[in-house]
Amino acid sequence: MTRQAFRLPTGGRIDRSRPLHFTFNGKSLTGYEGDTLASALLANGISLVARSFRYHRPRGIYSAGVEEPHAFVTIGDGATTEPNVRATRQRLFDGLVAQSQNGWPSLRFDLGALVGAATRFLPVGFYYKTFMWPSWRWYAGALRRLAGVAPLPEGADPDRYDKINAHCDVLVVGGGPAGLAAASAAAASGVRVIVADDQPELGGALLSEPLEEHEQVDGLIRDLEQRPNVTILTSCAVVAAWDDGYFTALEEVGQPGDKAISQRLWKIRSRKTVLATGAIERPLIFPNNDRPGVMLAHAARQYVNRYAVRPGNRAVIFTNNDTAWHAAFDLDAAGIQIAAIVDVRDAPPSALMEAAHNRGITLYPGYEVTDTKGRTPIRGVTVERRGQARDRIRLDCDLLCVSGGWSPTLHLYSQAGGRLTYCDQRACFVPVTPPSEAPGLIRPAGAANGHFAMQDAMDDGHIEPHWGCTSNARTRQWVDLHHDVTLDAVHLAAREGFVSVEHLKRYTTIGMAPDQGKTSNVNALAALGLATGRTPGEVGTTTFRPPFTPIRLGALTGREIGARAWPLRRLPNHDWHAGNGGVMEDFGGWLRAACYPQPGESEDAAIRREVVAARRGMALLDSSSLGKIEVTGPDAARFLDRIYVNRVDTLKAGRARYGMMLNENGILTDDGVFSRLDEDFFLVSSSSSGTGDVYLALEEWLETEWPELDVIIHNATSQWATFAVSGPYAREVVSAVLPDAELAADRFSHMSAQAGMQGTLAFRLARVSFTGELSFELSIPADEAPRIWDALMAAGAAYTITPLGQEALDILRLEKGYLEVGVDTDVTTTPLDVGWAGAIARKTADFIGKRSLSRPAQADPGRLQLVGLEPFDRTALLPVGAHIIDPATRRPQGHVTSSCLSPTLQKSIAMAQLAGGHTRLDETVTVDVEGSSIQARVVPLAFYNPEGQRLNG
Amino acid sequence: MMILPCPWCGPRDQEEFRWRGQAHIVRPAQPEQTGDEAWARYLFARDNSRGIARELWHHIYGCGGWFAMERDTVSHAIKTVYGVGDTPPKARS
Repeated sequence: MTRQAFRLPTGGRIDRSRPLHFTFNGKSLTGYEGDTLASALLANGISLVARSFRYHRPRGIYSAGVEEPHAFVTIGDGATTEPNVRATRQRLFDGLVAQSQNGWPSLRFDLGALVGAATRFLPVGFYYKTFMWPSWRWYAGALRRLAGVAPLPEGADPDRYDKINAHCDVLVVGGGPAGLAAASAAAASGVRVIVADDQPELGGALLSEPLEEHEQVDGLIRDLEQRPNVTILTSCAVVAAWDDGYFTALEEVGQPGDKAISQRLWKIRSRKTVLATGAIERPLIFPNNDRPGVMLAHAARQYVNRYAVRPGNRAVIFTNNDTAWHAAFDLDAAGIQIAAIVDVRDAPPSALMEAAHNRGITLYPGYEVTDTKGRTPIRGVTVERRGQARDRIRLDCDLLCVSGGWSPTLHLYSQAGGRLTYCDQRACFVPVTPPSEAPGLIRPAGAANGHFAMQDAMDDGHIEPHWGCTSNARTRQWVDLHHDVTLDAVHLAAREGFVSVEHLKRYTTIGMAPDQGKTSNVNALAALGLATGRTPGEVGTTTFRPPFTPIRLGALTGREIGARAWPLRRLPNHDWHAGNGGVMEDFGGWLRAACYPQPGESEDAAIRREVVAARRGMALLDSSSLGKIEVTGPDAARFLDRIYVNRVDTLKAGRARYGMMLNENGILTDDGVFSRLDEDFFLVSSSSSGTGDVYLALEEWLETEWPELDVIIHNATSQWATFAVSGPYAREVVSAVLPDAELAADRFSHMSAQAGMQGTLAFRLARVSFTGELSFELSIPADEAPRIWDALMAAGAAYTITPLGQEALDILRLEKGYLEVGVDTDVTTTPLDVGWAGAIARKTADFIGKRSLSRPAQADPGRLQLVGLEPFDRTALLPVGAHIIDPATRRPQGHVTSSCLSPTLQKSIAMAQLAGGHTRLDETVTVDVEGSSIQARVVPLAFYNPEGQRLNG
Repeated sequence: MMILPCPWCGPRDQEEFRWRGQAHIVRPAQPEQTGDEAWARYLFARDNSRGIARELWHHIYGCGGWFAMERDTVSHAIKTVYGVGDTPPKARS
């Protein structure tokens, strides 16, 4: 543990009674409650915290906020690891573990720095120009390992996240003086106000000033806190602005590894929004301006006043504007020796000059810094009179505070569609006036609007643009500190013709990645402007994109992880299945039993036993997940006739028919039985996983294409439970529940349907079969499911009725050659491809998708068509997905879609999509199974009882 | 995230709606008599307008109703809302 040698004895907004322990690169250190990781590192005298992104240059802490371009660290270890965290944004907490990134084998001795030494041979665009042969992919891996991004965390993120919706009349982004004034005025009128600020406390820029300055707003804050119509969100960064006053904000709630909520995503809808987002100080461009010890002037001021930390012992101030002078005065007051103030302006305001003289500070007006010396941190700077290189002075210092002016933070404004214009007088981009043009009733206020408090009080001359150093031009001057882009690179890009700022950004990578140009944007485009003879306004700025600060994917996901990411629906009789050995799995979004193993029985054995029971005896299947869409009304038959491939108008009441639905491209989208329960009442049975889409498609055609049809569509799937009773005694079992219903073979034949009441029990009964056996599908209200299931099981006990799982059902339907849409078909499969040409030819009327079936592609002899396969080796299972190949050319000819070893037929059977399959019956094909081949015969799509007399019994 | 004016429910968050693409796509009255090219146009050809677009919206997580809407694809400003079968408002600049 080290003492905090650079901590000031008094002052700051830290709680010295609460010391916090943390480690940085394994070294134990202490800080205080209220510190950021950056301020705590500085308090411990740590100046080297990172290696740069591309050239592995040593870097220190450059700022005190979101704009930090250097101090990216990894927080936590194991699964809680969070890479690329700005040390300046990370609140210190007890037990925090931080690692620097991009230094190997260590931060101090980094082999990657050899790359940096060779940079004069690695100009901008070097990668694109050099690593082209034979392919960029050959080099990408090795080059990316050199680039400065931390490894991803291992394992699932253990943190918990939350989301919340909020509505307000006025959203104030930023809790500085301008934001507080706006919030206060809005709150006084009684409307609902939300104030959001990314810092743990309100005050904004005043937090960086001496404590007494902050007292100006203490009263305002106390007043806001007491108002019931005001919500104050601290540690909550508004990261994105969308349409119509919609904002997303990220609130830091806990710390990594907490059991409780770590972060909360706010979705805020506001009527009016005030963007009091302040401004970001710009760096100055000069040789070796990236070294540890170089820091934004306002950041140094903030470390002194807010965190009571000395960022150095002896400081030089280098500025082109007034604000850095006040930083100098505050540093001086805190006991930091001010070696000099270097101001590029020949005549800084006399009041400032006088104040500096009174403090005994040496001044260099009309001078510029032309180099820094030393590394971790700097030991001094070289200063020259501008344009007179011979007048060179060496100044010793370990801290260089720079200020190149201020850029209003207009990222949110720009995201929302606001336009920016360059203001020469203030040397920055400001919102376009008048504000009535601002989108979505968004008003920038305060510094975000270019109203820098100090400047408004002064005359012209408060800033003189300084876009780079002309002396010492052979030494690199960094424009984008985060992405390691130099002034030379900007000039090279300009020479190569990348004169659009958007092209410059992509070619040089200026302003990309986590930093998003917060410090580099204006400097880069101004430098480009100088190189191409344009003003910054003529060059223009790049488009700002959300999020303003990085956001964890976990926060976007919120609680929709694990079981909640894909909630499974449960059958009305779920408890019985789960309680009677059912292996419950996800089948098309429904939790259903795969099989019901008996004690000591394997799942495979259970599946075989269930299949055999269904073929030889009685089986009971819970098929409640099947879609039940009611289509009613005088035009119901006309409507469905336009939907189904099959004829609907000829179906008599009390009858059912198998049907296929297509989309307008002719692609098979769903299949199932539809029943005409009454003249104007159809029941559309759709697949378990396809019901939602079928319902939406029916609605859409009715609403948008044929609104004149008198039809009502109702999705009744969850209202009814459906049990399929299959086997030779199905009639006896069903009649135990429905003693009065007509079940006689001649009166209620295969493909018949009825609806009625048995006492007080409403029921629907269809004689349809998915197993190929005599079978009834009985539907009863969902809440009757347990009672009726038990009754069917009891009535079937005499015939040892067996509950049937999904796996057995899959084998049973495959034995019958019944296809499953989405399994045996895909997004290219038409009904012609599955052998339905006959049914289509019989229907003269139009239906959805019909015209597309006569497109030229349908006549392609190489189309994939659904066929059956039987391996000559009766025990060889064909893996689903295995390719059928031409043995000569080894070119694919199709693939296996369903497959099983049939317990009934005692052989291997499969369905496959085969090129030109319908003309290849009895041919032998080769199925490639991981290099070895299985020979199979192409057969028709019906393996078991193709005549169908069993289900007609 | 826009706010859309459902004609039955009033202004609601975009999250509640399903976008169903360009409105006023006319399904050929006699598909069998429609040539391959015209049929392909009906299936696939869509405007990609910079400016006014007329679109179908479905208030799926609300009343379930459908409506057509005229929207500026640049400013996202909503111009008019009207029934699915209604004649589109006159094109404006």
